[in-house]
Amino acid sequence: MAQLYPEWANKAPRSILLGLILTILAVILGFWYYGSPKHLEVGYAPVQPIDYSHKLHAGILGIDCQYCHTSVTVSAVASVPSTQTCMNCHSQIQLDSEKLEPLRESWETGKSIEWVHIHRLPDYTYFNHSAHVNVGIGCASCHGRVDRMEVVMQVEPLSMGWCLDCHNNPEPHIRPVQEITNMAWAPDENQFEFARMVIEKKNLNPPIYCNACHR
Amino acid sequence: MSKKYEYVPEQPLVQGNHTFSSITSLIGDIVERPTPMWWYIAFGVSNLLLAMLLGMIAYLVWEGTGIWGLNNPVGWGWAIINFVWWVGIGHAGTLISAILFLFRQGWRTAINRFAEAMTIFAVMCAGIFPAIHVGRIWVVYWMFPIPNQMQMWPNFNSPLLWDVFAVSTYFTVSLLFWYVGLVPDFATLRDRVKSKFGRIIYGFFALGWTGGNRQWQHYEKSYLILAGLATPLVLSVHTIVSFDFAVSIIPGWHTTIFPPYFVAGAIFSGFAMVMTLMIIARKIYGLEDIMTINHIEKMNMIILVTGTMVGFAYVMEFFIAWYGGVEYEKFAFINRAIGPYAWAYWLMFLCNVFSPQFFWSKRIRRSVTASFILSIVVNIGMWFERFVITVTSLAQDFLPGSWGYYSPTWVDVLTYVGTFGLFFTNFLLFLRFMPMVAIAEIKMVMPQADPHYYDENGDEPVLTDKFAKKPDVNA
Repeated sequence: MAQLYPEWANKAPRSILLGLILTILAVILGFWYYGSPKHLEVGYAPVQPIDYSHKLHAGILGIDCQYCHTSVTVSAVASVPSTQTCMNCHSQIQLDSEKLEPLRESWETGKSIEWVHIHRLPDYTYFNHSAHVNVGIGCASCHGRVDRMEVVMQVEPLSMGWCLDCHNNPEPHIRPVQEITNMAWAPDENQFEFARMVIEKKNLNPPIYCNACHR
Repeated sequence: MSKKYEYVPEQPLVQGNHTFSSITSLIGDIVERPTPMWWYIAFGVSNLLLAMLLGMIAYLVWEGTGIWGLNNPVGWGWAIINFVWWVGIGHAGTLISAILFLFRQGWRTAINRFAEAMTIFAVMCAGIFPAIHVGRIWVVYWMFPIPNQMQMWPNFNSPLLWDVFAVSTYFTVSLLFWYVGLVPDFATLRDRVKSKFGRIIYGFFALGWTGGNRQWQHYEKSYLILAGLATPLVLSVHTIVSFDFAVSIIPGWHTTIFPPYFVAGAIFSGFAMVMTLMIIARKIYGLEDIMTINHIEKMNMIILVTGTMVGFAYVMEFFIAWYGGVEYEKFAFINRAIGPYAWAYWLMFLCNVFSPQFFWSKRIRRSVTASFILSIVVNIGMWFERFVITVTSLAQDFLPGSWGYYSPTWVDVLTYVGTFGLFFTNFLLFLRFMPMVAIAEIKMVMPQADPHYYDENGDEPVLTDKFAKKPDVNA
């Protein structure tokens, strides 16, 4: 009887096994890397209804973050400014700028401008801005150097692992509370000692149990 | 002192004075003959049940676990009952194939292939329930330690996670063991089947087996190693399944007797299931010479031993509840016997403890009909054992204000019935396309395999043994 299988078939089981293991590894690692928010969400910078420049307002003009994002120290949300906030200045300057046409339209009709939400957390995640800001986590820690961005872009993954990195090891990110909106703040040499002092004084204990954020 | 003891030789394991080649034809022909009508009918029915199972799973995934009968005190229902029941059934296959192999019990070869197949299909049925009970089945991979952006890792303190590993290891080792044993028989079929397609398929799985001396040496060694690996699994898998209950603090679950009690129960129910299937298969395929009445008797003895062990555990639980003096524990057990689920408790007791006692009688042990009926009774009883354990402890726990009564919904029932569709679909395919008895191994335990079987002239011995039959002229 003739041979059923050619000689190379002797090696086939080993190659199939090896190929299977490599495929499974590739799928897991592929999802781990390419499916993570670090890869999918960092760099998200959608076009906004008004070509608003944070670089101009927060950077060059030096307007404090809290001028517009008013509720950041007292509430879960930082709040997106209303048309009225913009009009505090723009009722007097850049009156005939074409770029500001949607703003004036909103002012006249009373219809809000529909800004595009960039830093989105899942609906099943509870996040409170004031809890973080009031203990000395600065805006720039999560949102990056917004004062240098023409168009705001997400710079951190905002993944659960990223949250936990800081909750497990908050020391490098704690700053004096008066510095929270200072985009250029950099840690001192004694950052660790300072952070330990703040943690002890305020009795900080960043939660890492599920119920802290998934209520 | 003058009493004389006579040596009673063990009856030949293969009867009917077969030759090596008639054994090969007896088993090989099952696969090579045209498919019988009854097989198509049985396969069709199994497929319908399997389709029903898939339908129920789809409905569950779409709708959520609210369609099951779970309620507030009873958060574990039929899903875990069915899981433990199916996993338990699987244990007989591993016991037969691994432990009885290491103890050189030659009679295992008649049923080991068959029982291992049952193990694998039963574990498949069992594995469905932990997978679908999670509600959000699309994140079921969270049960495995896979790197992820959430830095979420399985909780290694949880017995439910140990279960994932225990059952998947069990499945893998059982499958490998089964397959290694099948390789020489696949080669036999490859050389016997007429069709080109059949030769290619069996040849593929035979891995180029030629039956050479070195191949047999490697085969025997690897088989022994796998038997050694599978042996602790017989004990460990159901031990870990019992931890699902025993590690919690619910009265009636939190007992140290659970691991041995569960293992005994698993072997008990598994042997009963092998018995049920074997009695049907040996009749249909005419394998009475291989799966003899002696095999049935031996299995009935194991059923009697393990059933009595289970009964001992039932009684011991009551004793410890009283002796331990914990009020809640005492209540849990009294409640089992006379509470709202007393009907299930006494049904369990009747099926598992009283029914195997019939096997003290040699006549009943050797009766095919009685064995068949009692094997089914035992499996009903073992299902109710898991029901009693799971439901009674949860329905009436610490706070009387939150007590409740659990009833399954039609979805629970149809899902369970559907798993039989999965089991029998697989099993019928196995019977049809694979050698259902280990052809190569069974030859090793035949009387003819004994070098002293033939006399000095090389002739067959004169049959004086009262157990040996006259050779069949037509064979």
